[in-house]
Amino acid sequence: MREAALLSVRGLAAHFVTRAGTLRAVDGVDLDLASGEVLGLVGESGCGKTVLALSLMRLVEPPGRLVAGSITFDGNDVTAMDTRTITRLRGRGMGMIFQQPRTSLDPVIRIGNQIAEPLISHAGMSRAAAAREAIALLEAVGIPGAEAKARAYPHELSGGQAQRVMIAIALALKPRLLIADEPTTSLDVTVQAQILALLRERCRALGTALILVTHDIGVVAQLADRVAVMYAGRIVEQGPVGDIFAAPAHPYTQGLLQSAPVLGRRRERLAAIEGNIPDLSRPIPGCAFAPRCDHRPTMGERCDREMPPALAVTPAHAARCWRLATP
Amino acid sequence: MSAAASLPTSRLAWVLDRLWHNRSARIGGGIIAIILLCAAFAPWIAPHDPMAIDTLRRLEPPSAEHWLGTDEVGRDLASRLIHGTRYFVLICLITTVIAGVIGTVLGLISGAGPLIADAVIMRFVDVLLAFPTILLVLAVIAILGPSLTTAMVAVGIGNIPGYARLVRSAALTIRREEYVEAARALGASELGIIFGTVLPNIVSPLVVYTSYAMPLAALAAAALSFLGLGAQPPAPEWGAMLVNARSFLFTAWWAVAAPGLAIFAAILGLNLLGNALRDVLDPRDA
Amino acid sequence: MGGYIARRILLVIPVVIGILLLTFMVRAVIPTDAVTAMYEGQITDQEAEATTALIRAKFHLDRPWYIQFGYYVRDVARGDLGESVRLRRPVSEEIGYRYLNTLWLTLSALAIGIGIGVPAGIIAAARKDTWMDVTAMTVGLLGISMPAFFFGLLLILVFAVWLQIVPVVPRGGAALLLPALTLGLIEAAPISRLARSGMIEMLRRDHIRAARARGMSEAAVIMRHALPGTLLGILTVVGLQFGQLLGGAFIIEVIFGWRGIGELAVKAIQWRDFALTQAIILVSAGSYVAINLAIDILYVWIDPRVDYTRA
Repeated sequence: MREAALLSVRGLAAHFVTRAGTLRAVDGVDLDLASGEVLGLVGESGCGKTVLALSLMRLVEPPGRLVAGSITFDGNDVTAMDTRTITRLRGRGMGMIFQQPRTSLDPVIRIGNQIAEPLISHAGMSRAAAAREAIALLEAVGIPGAEAKARAYPHELSGGQAQRVMIAIALALKPRLLIADEPTTSLDVTVQAQILALLRERCRALGTALILVTHDIGVVAQLADRVAVMYAGRIVEQGPVGDIFAAPAHPYTQGLLQSAPVLGRRRERLAAIEGNIPDLSRPIPGCAFAPRCDHRPTMGERCDREMPPALAVTPAHAARCWRLATP
Repeated sequence: MSAAASLPTSRLAWVLDRLWHNRSARIGGGIIAIILLCAAFAPWIAPHDPMAIDTLRRLEPPSAEHWLGTDEVGRDLASRLIHGTRYFVLICLITTVIAGVIGTVLGLISGAGPLIADAVIMRFVDVLLAFPTILLVLAVIAILGPSLTTAMVAVGIGNIPGYARLVRSAALTIRREEYVEAARALGASELGIIFGTVLPNIVSPLVVYTSYAMPLAALAAAALSFLGLGAQPPAPEWGAMLVNARSFLFTAWWAVAAPGLAIFAAILGLNLLGNALRDVLDPRDA
Repeated sequence: MGGYIARRILLVIPVVIGILLLTFMVRAVIPTDAVTAMYEGQITDQEAEATTALIRAKFHLDRPWYIQFGYYVRDVARGDLGESVRLRRPVSEEIGYRYLNTLWLTLSALAIGIGIGVPAGIIAAARKDTWMDVTAMTVGLLGISMPAFFFGLLLILVFAVWLQIVPVVPRGGAALLLPALTLGLIEAAPISRLARSGMIEMLRRDHIRAARARGMSEAAVIMRHALPGTLLGILTVVGLQFGQLLGGAFIIEVIFGWRGIGELAVKAIQWRDFALTQAIILVSAGSYVAINLAIDILYVWIDPRVDYTRA
């Protein structure tokens, strides 16, 4: 583990247990993040990246729950925290913004009051002080006419403005980590770049680490220091952004990069990779990508039977692929 | 995610299988099954003639001879309850058929027919919906005069607007589906589309809606009989049985409790079965 | 906002016409009955023919139905609801105080129903799948399956006969207690189910997760972010529930001898007193429409999301 580790996740698993069966949305994830670092978490929709993001703040809701693993944040085990401590952590230590900013704001509470909420309950500010601070925060995220907007209701905002407000709320108490789950997916193309620039600027200014969850590898290239590629509930490759883009080690990452859309053009499906993502309600003993993998025919049955461990490509770059084990 | 949806068995078999494994469905289904059996074989099951008066044995408490006691003119309460199941089943069927058939036809014409028909029918339904059901029912009874038939017709009419609304919106949704567009492109007639494509696809919402509507209709009909606006004494209809028994509440509570509990249990059975059906067919709020 | 309210009021017009037509039918389908019912046996056969013609003319029964309907609408607009054949006095006199009695009963019952049903439903939703939820929902299921008339008799038996807490024939305010309790407890069942499903649906929304993500305590999430929206949802349903309540009130009034319009309506139908029946239905339906209109307008006032410019 590196020295300045802010977040360290080991063997994390989040399952959804229903009558129809158990869905292994996150199944044994290891992840590290240093202070102030920007990590891009990439994968197709349905690969479990949103559930992983929610798991880090223990926001997975029933029937989903964390079934194994540890999350160490700032030296404390998040999985072992009591309700009061986790609530405090969410308020001060970590923040999160979501894919649908407009519905993520309470429709019947004025914007200013929603920003003031964590200030009052976690920083002990008075109502008046929190209201003033809320306006300052709105200005910091580039909302024009902040004073008037503080009195507006969410339905009066555009999607881009709502995401700015969400960022203001999430960063109100200068958390050490911000998790952004597809923060620009629902926004207009022209607004997407502005929001990403704002995210980078605010996180740098506050020294906040950022986990950017996205299916858009172009966004990662722009923003991230490091990249983690997720497939079927597992991190299949992790490393510095330059290494991953220059020399992707996992066949899935290679496929992702080949099918990378032109920046700004949305694409949820990755046409270049044949086949579909596996059914997560069945246990997968081997490599989940094997059925779609071009190398599977030459690799043999080991890929189907045994899950490859994270194998080092360089000291900072690892991938779960048996090809790295073959000499 | 649901593996069951892809099973090769038919949908009905799947629904029945899920119901069989549902506790609420088993209890509710059990109650309804008992009622249906009683209704089918009432004369053979009932120990006494439900109408036989015995003035020497009035308001007797439960005994070996009269399991549930006797009413104010000495009729056997148990036998009357058993025969009462026939009224219950009849009421459930008639009210649901009236409301379901007329409502579905109106809804289909409205949702799949010409625009002018839609406008006319929906204004009509809006007016009916603006009426609390009880007033609609009372208006019909006032016009036709109180009797069991009137009560069933009135409750049936009172439930037409709900069915019409439901079917219309379902029909509108389904008509926009691609497979309906495809059928139309292949030259299917509008009528053929309605009966061949739209109708089969609204069966599930219809069943779910009926699971709400039927117990309410049965309760309403029983209440009308209790008020003297439905089945008339001496008919062994459960609501009507309470009309006279109520005067003896303080001295012969069993004469009130027996029909009261019978209605309660029957409605509970319908509601339990309905809950289970909704869980299976409409798993949104499981 | 004014425009929205105006449009909402305009939508009421066809409904009012519909109500007038339907209530008109109550009397119009049996025009001769009103005449014979009023004077049967009091006059000789010879007189009868002439008198009948006179009376028919007086009540405009000799005119086409649409003219009759015109007279009916005019009379209603003047507040003239006709005369009760049985009670031999203007319907409006009899209905007035009974209407207030029914209003008292339904409002007290609604207060009890909301007071028990809403907290029960919200606790059940917040503690979904725990013993509290299971208990609340089981009681709720029993409640919606319970016939109001049987429940009323049960309460009389328990409170007046066995426990003797209330007199069998109560007077004054005490007379309201049992009927309101019966109706309120019955009504609490569907309200609690609505509150629970509304709350569960609300707790699934994005903004609830976002509120948790910014470190709001579970209590704050429920009270501040989930409850207001849920209550707004319940408000609209309560308007519709008023119709149910009215139906329940009719039965409860008969059981407890509460002199409201429900009890009168049942008598009127049995007496075949069509003017009285007609007037009761008209007044009740009118109130129902007015209440739902008021709730819709109230909704616009409270909910900032309702877009007044469209809708």
